[in-house]
Amino acid sequence: MAERRIIVIGAGPAGVRAAEALVAGGVRPLVIDEGRRDGGQIYRRQPDGFKRDYATLYGTEAARAEAVHQAFDRLRPAIDYEPETLVWNISEGAVWTTSAGEARAVPYDALIVCSGATDRLVPIKGWNRAGCYSLGGAQIALKAQACAIGHRVAFLGTGPLLYLVAHQYAKAGADVAAVLDTSPLRGRMAAAAKLAAQPDLLWTGAKLTFDLWRRGIPVRTGVTLTEIHGDDDDGVSGISVATRGGTIRRFDCDAVGMGWHLRPETQIADLARCRFAFDAPTRQWLPETDADGRTSAERIYLAGDGARILGARCAEVTGELAALAALADLGLADKADRRRELTAQKSRYRRFADGLAQAFPWPHDLAARVADETIVCRCESVTAATLRASIVDSGATETNRAKAFSRVGMGRCQGRYCGNAAAEIVAAARGETVEAAGRLRGQAPVKPIGISTARRNS
Amino acid sequence: MTGRFRRLAETGRSEVRFTVDGQPISALAGDTLMVAMLTAGSALRDSEFGDGRRAGFCLMAACQDCWVWTAAGERLRACSTEISEGLSILTTQPEASWPNVG
Repeated sequence: MAERRIIVIGAGPAGVRAAEALVAGGVRPLVIDEGRRDGGQIYRRQPDGFKRDYATLYGTEAARAEAVHQAFDRLRPAIDYEPETLVWNISEGAVWTTSAGEARAVPYDALIVCSGATDRLVPIKGWNRAGCYSLGGAQIALKAQACAIGHRVAFLGTGPLLYLVAHQYAKAGADVAAVLDTSPLRGRMAAAAKLAAQPDLLWTGAKLTFDLWRRGIPVRTGVTLTEIHGDDDDGVSGISVATRGGTIRRFDCDAVGMGWHLRPETQIADLARCRFAFDAPTRQWLPETDADGRTSAERIYLAGDGARILGARCAEVTGELAALAALADLGLADKADRRRELTAQKSRYRRFADGLAQAFPWPHDLAARVADETIVCRCESVTAATLRASIVDSGATETNRAKAFSRVGMGRCQGRYCGNAAAEIVAAARGETVEAAGRLRGQAPVKPIGISTARRNS
Repeated sequence: MTGRFRRLAETGRSEVRFTVDGQPISALAGDTLMVAMLTAGSALRDSEFGDGRRAGFCLMAACQDCWVWTAAGERLRACSTEISEGLSILTTQPEASWPNVG
């Protein structure tokens, strides 16, 4: 039989475990990753010459991070690996890549997409100012560069990452001004039974929240968004939120790290023509997969947070699962027992993720109600008023049409940071459900590439 | 403001020198261009749409807010470019300027 080409996109925990399972199944996969080194965002490796140990870098997840790194190091002779390579299209049974200005089309027999996630954002007045960063970005500054995003940092949003990053900053010696959570405490109580599916993570979350309090850092829950203060030249100078009682509280700071959980990077699945379905609990459209990670598109598999946000631990499970499914479908190996075991593990992580979505809900009402003058699209400084006018005055009926009229979603981030909130604004302006507002379609190239790259290959 | 970012550890690395808009800047080996620029200054570029200075957002090569340019006109994502000795960075696009709004 001719050698089968299986491509894995991404070298985070899902991609590494997928590659490992493929090698064990007798295949030499091609691993394509945009990062300079393996590990993905969550287990990002610090550059050569940095000396912090695993415990300092990854905390309670140190052993897992080290195991994933070591697994990849062991795999290197048995795989083809293309780091610093962007996959920018899927077309005609090939993966289109670019690296150092050179484009290439690589055909595949099976494709396992482990594209990861980015932060999910709600626009707040002033979030376009210098000094505002995504929570994930704030964590990368610390983890990969040993820097804080400012001299006095406020954290805003919801979800486990909010508390984790604030705690990592405080522990590393940064000055944390406040932790401002839009979720009320009562949701956490209601979700306790589901969160108990991962008791150690629940315990870690409780411990870090207590430690923030012990350090005297103000932690406010159930806040609503007001404004990030500052000016055009110097950037952020403070943040105001409304507390549960309606009082406006201001915290002085020169940086804000903000994020409301994560959203999967689904553009590649979209370009591969995978079918999407609306996920009511998280209020977003996700690619459809079966329990193993098969999509509606032939020979395309999804794993990790790029399919659904189930966390780094589960990414290792779904990465292996997708690889085993691909091997079985190609008739190369069938480890049915192992697949059943992994599927059971995945179900427990799914229950935990459902608990997180309940405990730390996406504040869709805050997104829908964002003030007219607030910039929704940071890329091109387009306001909520302009987006609403595309519905009310121009008659757009869903987000892609609204994008055409308003340019919200058309900027250089291609809707990654405005898309979720824009859908809520469109839905509210239309008086319809967010499901009916639709989703921004993925467009190639999924990230800007040089015109010279395209020219060389035309 | 001297620097937007604050170094918390790993300060024993060797020095790397480069320039931003002709001004000499000192950074540390292993810094990203973004960290090198933002530990010395407060922003990376101007918004083309007239709403002030920008200093990046996602640090994971997704938002494209951290674009800067080399003197030769090459566009770099500051968050995912490692600093190198002698690099000459421009914070405005060399061959084209957009009229700012307002």
